[in-house]
Amino acid sequence: MNKYLKFGLPIAAIIGTLGWLAAGGVRDSGTYYKTIAEVNKMGQDTLEKRIRVGGDVAPNSIVREGKDVKFVLMQDQLRLNVVYSGIDPLPDTFKDGAQALADGKLGPDGVFRASKIQAKCASKYEAKPSMAKPVNPNS
Amino acid sequence: MENIGSLAILLAFCFAVYSVVASIAGKWGRRPFLVLSAERAVYCIWALLSTAAGILIYALISGDYRMTYVWSHSNHAMPTIYKFASWWGGQEGSLLFWSWLLASYSSIVVFRNRRRFRDMMPYVTAILMATQAFFIILIAFVAKPFNVLEEGRLIVNVGDGQGLNPLLQYWTMVIHPPMLYLGYVGFVVPFAFAIASLITKQPGEEWIKTTRRWTLVTWLFQTTGILLGAGWAYAVLGWGGYWGWDPVENASLLPWITATAFLHSVMMQEKKGMMKVWNVVLVSTTFFLCIFGTMLTRSGVVNSVHAFAQSSIGTYFTTFLAIGIAGTVFLILNRLDYLKSEAQLESVLSRESTFLFNNLILLASCFAVLWGTLFPVISEAITGEKISVDAPFFNRVEIPIAMFLLLLTGVGPLIAWRRSSLESLQKAFMWPLLAGVAVAGTLAVLGVHHIYALVSLMLCTFVAVTVFMEFVKGASAIKQKSGTNLMTAMVELTHRNTRRYGGYLVHMGIVIMFVGFTGKAFDKDMTVEVAPNSSLQLGRYELHVGGVEEGTTENYQWSKLPVALSKNGEDLGTLEPEHRIYLAQKQPTSEVAIRRNLNEDVYLNFAGMSADGQRAVLQAYVFPLVTCIWIGYWVVFMGTLICLTPSKMRMIWARTQVVGVAEKHADIRQN
Repeated sequence: MNKYLKFGLPIAAIIGTLGWLAAGGVRDSGTYYKTIAEVNKMGQDTLEKRIRVGGDVAPNSIVREGKDVKFVLMQDQLRLNVVYSGIDPLPDTFKDGAQALADGKLGPDGVFRASKIQAKCASKYEAKPSMAKPVNPNS
Repeated sequence: MENIGSLAILLAFCFAVYSVVASIAGKWGRRPFLVLSAERAVYCIWALLSTAAGILIYALISGDYRMTYVWSHSNHAMPTIYKFASWWGGQEGSLLFWSWLLASYSSIVVFRNRRRFRDMMPYVTAILMATQAFFIILIAFVAKPFNVLEEGRLIVNVGDGQGLNPLLQYWTMVIHPPMLYLGYVGFVVPFAFAIASLITKQPGEEWIKTTRRWTLVTWLFQTTGILLGAGWAYAVLGWGGYWGWDPVENASLLPWITATAFLHSVMMQEKKGMMKVWNVVLVSTTFFLCIFGTMLTRSGVVNSVHAFAQSSIGTYFTTFLAIGIAGTVFLILNRLDYLKSEAQLESVLSRESTFLFNNLILLASCFAVLWGTLFPVISEAITGEKISVDAPFFNRVEIPIAMFLLLLTGVGPLIAWRRSSLESLQKAFMWPLLAGVAVAGTLAVLGVHHIYALVSLMLCTFVAVTVFMEFVKGASAIKQKSGTNLMTAMVELTHRNTRRYGGYLVHMGIVIMFVGFTGKAFDKDMTVEVAPNSSLQLGRYELHVGGVEEGTTENYQWSKLPVALSKNGEDLGTLEPEHRIYLAQKQPTSEVAIRRNLNEDVYLNFAGMSADGQRAVLQAYVFPLVTCIWIGYWVVFMGTLICLTPSKMRMIWARTQVVGVAEKHADIRQN
C-alpha cells in the first residue's frame, strides 16, 4: 500500500471523527446570546433554542421556593421573569442589582427557565473609583 | 514614591529598547562590547523592575491608599499575605509581575550563557527584550500601576481601600497565579532560542538540547498552576467542580497542550532527526498561545469568571501577536532548507508513528479547545449571531481525545522504532490488555454501566500495567546481575536512565489523575432546606445537622452550620460549612467543608438561610475518587523531577557521537 495512503487514512479518520463530534457538540450546547428585548419578541418557534440572556437582577425580586429560585431580570424598562432550577448552587455574587447571565430556554408562558446562572458583581476584580479620578503622576 | 516607581518603569522601557537595538547592531557590526552592553542592560531592567515592584508591594502592605491600585485591591482588614498577593490581584500589578518575571528569567538566561552560544545569544537577548519592551509599554503607558487618586487637582487620601475580591482571599491566591505566570513567561525562553537558531541557520540540535530542561521546568510550573487552580475551584467555589471549561481555564490549558506535544516530538528530533519544522512550529505556537492567554484574561473578548475589567489593552496584544506570528512564519518558510528531516516514516506500527499520532491528537484537542473558546467571536463574525458553547461541547470532543491519548500512552513507549511486527506487539500487550478487560468486565458485572467510565478505567489499567511491566522487566535484569532486591534494583534502574523512567512515572501520574476524572461519572448530589437539629441521608452517609453559629471578625461576618457525619453508625466527625459576608465588599462567600478520603469526598456547602430565615439551605455532594487527581499530580511532580536529574550513565545518542561534537555535548550536559 502507498505510504501516504497508509498514514493518510487513519489521520483522515481521526480528524473526521473529531469534526463530527464537534459539530454535534455545537448543535447540543450552542447557546444564542439574546437581549431581553429580543427574548420578549421571540415567537413560539424558538422555544427549543438554548438562549443566554443578560441583565440586572431587579431589587427584592429573588424568591426561593424549595429548589427553585425565582427572580426578575431587568434591562432599562424591560423585565423578564426567570425561574432557576439547576443543581449547581447559585454563585455568591448573585444578589439584588448584580449583573447576571441566565442560560436556558423560554417557556410557552413567557417565563424563562434557566438551568445555569452566572453573576457578575457590579465591581469585578477591578473596582471603578466612583468618588475620585486617577491621575498619572508623571503628567 | 510613586514617582520613583513610574520613573523606574520608564527607564526599564528605555533599557529594553536599547538592549534590542544594541544586541542586533553589535552582532551585525561585529562589536562584542555592544552585545555585552545589551546583556548588561538586561540586569539593569531587572533591577529597575524590582525597584518598581518593591515600591508597589511596600505601598500595598503599608496601606498607601492615595494610590489607585492599592485603594482598589487592598484594605486594612486583610491579612498581610493577601496584601502582598494583591500585587497580582489586578490588571496593572499583574502586568508588572509578568514583566518582572520575564526580566528575572532573562537575567538567568543571559548569566548562564554568558560564555556560550556567542553567535546565537545576541538574537536570544533581542527576542527576550522585544517581548520585555512590549510588556513594559503596557505598564508604562496603558495600565499604569502607580496612578494616584485625585479630586479636582488635589491628590486625595481615603481612609481605607476596597480590598481584594473575597473569592481571592484563599491561600492558593498566594501561589496559583505565580505558578501559572512562571509557566506562561517561561515559554518565552525556548521560543527565543528556537528563533535565534533559525536566524543563525543552525540545524536545531543546539537549541533543543539547551531548552529541553528549561521547557520541562516551565511545563511543571504550568501543570502545577493549572492543578492549583483546579483545587482552588473545588474547595472555594462551592459547586464541587475542578474544571468548568471557562475561557481563562482554557487559555492556560492551550499552551500546556502544545508544550506537552513539544516535549514528545522533541524526542523524534533528538533520536531520529525528524520533525524539525514541526518542533519550531510547536514551540512558537506555545509562546503565542501564552501571549494569547494573557490577553484573553485582560481584554474582555470573552466572558469569564476570571476576567479583569474590559479595557483597550486587547488592541496592543493583537498587534504584538500579529507582528510576532508574521515574523515567525516568514522566518520558518525562509529557513525550510535548514530544517530537512534526516529520516522518513516507514510503518504505521512504529514508535515514530505513535509520536506522530500523539502530536496530531494533542494538536486536534488544542484546536478544539481554542475553537470552542472563541466560538462566540467566530460565530458573530460569520453569522452575525453570537453563539457560545460550553461544557457539553468540550466534554463531547475532549473525552474521546483523552481516551485515545491514554491508549497511545500505553502503546507508544513499548513499540519498536522504525517498524514493529504484529507478533511482538501481541507479546508486549497481551497481559496489559487482559488486565484492562478484566477490570472493565468486573466493573460491568458489579453494575457500572457508564460507557466512558468503563473505557477509561480499562485504559488506565492497561497503561498502568505496561508501565509496571517495564519497571519490573528492567529491574529484574539488574537484580539478576547484582543480586540486590527488586526495590533497590528499580531505584538503580531509574537512576540509570532518568529521562525514560521519569517519563514513565509522569505517565503513571496522568493515569492516576484520569482515574480521578473518571470518578465524575459517579457523583451524587442533593440540595435541601433543613431545620436545625434534624437528620438526613446521602448515599451511605447520615448527616445530623446542628444549630447555626454566628460571629464576626475584622474582615467578615460568618455563620457556621455544624453537620455531624456518620456512615453505618460509625462516627466520622463534624463538618462545618461556613457562610461569610465580607464587610468591605458586602459580598457573601461560602466556605465549603470537605471530608477528603481516598475513595470519595463528602462535600458540604452552606448556601445561606431559606426565605423565612428558619431553615438552612444545605448542598451536599459525594464525589468519588477526586483525591486521585491530587495524588496523580504529585506523581507527575516526582516524575518530572526525576526527568530533570542527570542520569547516572550518560545516555548519549549514537547519532550525536560524531568526533568533535562529543566535547561540546559534554559541556552542555554539565550545565
